[in-house]
Amino acid sequence: MNRLFYIGASIAAVVILMATFAPLIATHDVTVQDLANRFASPSADHWFGTDSLGRDVFSRVVYGARVSLQVSISVVAFSAVVGILIGSVAGFYGGWVDRFLSGYVFNVFLAFPGLLLAIALAAFIDERKVLAYVIGEGGADAILGLFSPGLFKMLLALCAIGWVGYARVMRGQVLKVREYDFVQAAKALGASNMRILFTHIMPNSIQPLIVQASLGMAGTVLSEASLSFLGLGIPPPAPSWGTMIEEARNYFANYPHTLFFPGAAIALTVLAFNFIGDGLREYLDPKQRTR
Amino acid sequence: MKYKLLNFVRQLALILLVIWTVVSLVTLLIELVPGTPATTILGETATAEQIANFNAKHGLDKPAFFISYGENGFTWNGLDNRYADYWGGLFQGDLGRSFRTDRPVLDMILERYPATIQLAVASMIVAIGIALPLGVLAGTNKNGLIDNAASFIALLGISLPTFVIGPFLVYIFAVKLGWFRPGGSLYPEDIILPAVTLGAALSAILTRMIRSSVIEELGEDYVRTARAKGLSERKVVYKHVLKNGLIPVVTILGLQLGVLLAGSIITEKIFSWQGLGLLLLEDGIAKRDYRLVQGCVLVISLTYIIANSLTDFVYRRLDPRIRLS
Repeated sequence: MNRLFYIGASIAAVVILMATFAPLIATHDVTVQDLANRFASPSADHWFGTDSLGRDVFSRVVYGARVSLQVSISVVAFSAVVGILIGSVAGFYGGWVDRFLSGYVFNVFLAFPGLLLAIALAAFIDERKVLAYVIGEGGADAILGLFSPGLFKMLLALCAIGWVGYARVMRGQVLKVREYDFVQAAKALGASNMRILFTHIMPNSIQPLIVQASLGMAGTVLSEASLSFLGLGIPPPAPSWGTMIEEARNYFANYPHTLFFPGAAIALTVLAFNFIGDGLREYLDPKQRTR
Repeated sequence: MKYKLLNFVRQLALILLVIWTVVSLVTLLIELVPGTPATTILGETATAEQIANFNAKHGLDKPAFFISYGENGFTWNGLDNRYADYWGGLFQGDLGRSFRTDRPVLDMILERYPATIQLAVASMIVAIGIALPLGVLAGTNKNGLIDNAASFIALLGISLPTFVIGPFLVYIFAVKLGWFRPGGSLYPEDIILPAVTLGAALSAILTRMIRSSVIEELGEDYVRTARAKGLSERKVVYKHVLKNGLIPVVTILGLQLGVLLAGSIITEKIFSWQGLGLLLLEDGIAKRDYRLVQGCVLVISLTYIIANSLTDFVYRRLDPRIRLS
């Protein structure tokens, strides 16, 4: 493993700890406004200063890690599961199933600019309406009750394209692994297709997806912040880093600290997951290690 | 010849199929909006008559699609529906009328489109200007100090979002130094800050690509021959290595043009650049003008698809190995 991987892993660990123990780390209530103390510079009381409403920037950055990780972990997990299943089916069954999925469906989704589709979906869709179409009114309310406000919409918007990358990589892997001797042996022993796919092929195909997932985390942290910056993300008062930057944009010329800290938080988190992804890729691909 | 033609037809069919799906998705998106467009635009206090007039004017009184699914199962709605209307309009170059301003959506888009293209092209020039020297320096000094520094700068460029880079550029070059205006698109120099902001991520990707391309080519036999002939290292790199190493980079550039066009939305917002992205955000999404949003999403997506398909086509023509695979 290269040095950058360890740096990335350490930063990611700090961000994850920050998100997990946010109530213990935050020094102030993130929603409490103190209008007499607007735009205070960093001090012993407010480590990162205060914003336009007098809220503590440090505490909001800490809670922002929670929002950011909540969205990115959910999006990456959901996209990976969907992608793995669809990619496996395409690669394993081949024939017209593969031609339809990899020749048409994957191409259609890859042809759409990802962020634009996410913006369009976040701006257009009524998530309750979509769920009610599929599982009825009662089911829609029950499912939406499980998510914090805006999270399900974000999931839909970012997963709509997110799964394709995983599906493509998985398809390629399954195409390769299904020709291995142990798969042929399992077939000869009379194992069912499902058993071969789930217990023999999938576990042996999943390695490159780990790289994809860590790079995907970096991409999703950015996308979440971008949507929040455009006012289409998790609604306030939840402190998203993107929303903090959007709010700071009008004042940063005089109070740069309001923009610097959430900006640095995004950059460091994205950098960390990129370092992890690059390090893992290098580790798993010996050809790259020598370069 | 027959094989070539067949391959071309297959590619074209796929592009048309993708375009058909994208248009269909965009037309059906309007069905997913919260409430109805009429109540969103006219407000909750609108009378039934006003709503009926609005719906009739924009064709919203027709069924959404050829078939619908309800309690009685599937119902055939006939050929006169919103989906068919949108396609009919598209073939005549009509993207409908804005729900808010009643102006043709296509006119509104065409007014803003050139600004977005200008920004995308300018940011590409910035990206090449940064990435070419940085990538070559990193590649020719593999694992050295310059290489590590260039790789770090590249990763930073990928990790820093445009909405962080943009405001900081404004802070330094507009507020502190006063060299540029903080936003707008009135004067020619207004394009510099948005182009650098949008081009930063692309320059990072290009630097990494050029670096690995240069490293790969430096190991080839023809480089040894050129060195054995006594050519200077500078000539070896710029005359021989770059010529071959830039083929994959050119492809990435083509593919990135589409990404830049789509990605300029945030940059346009930061710098109030009067392009398609700002039209989509401020006039479309913020004012809930769904017809305009539909048009903008469609035009940006189609540009992206066409740019990518053309790049793919040109690349196939350039590199026989890809053409034959």
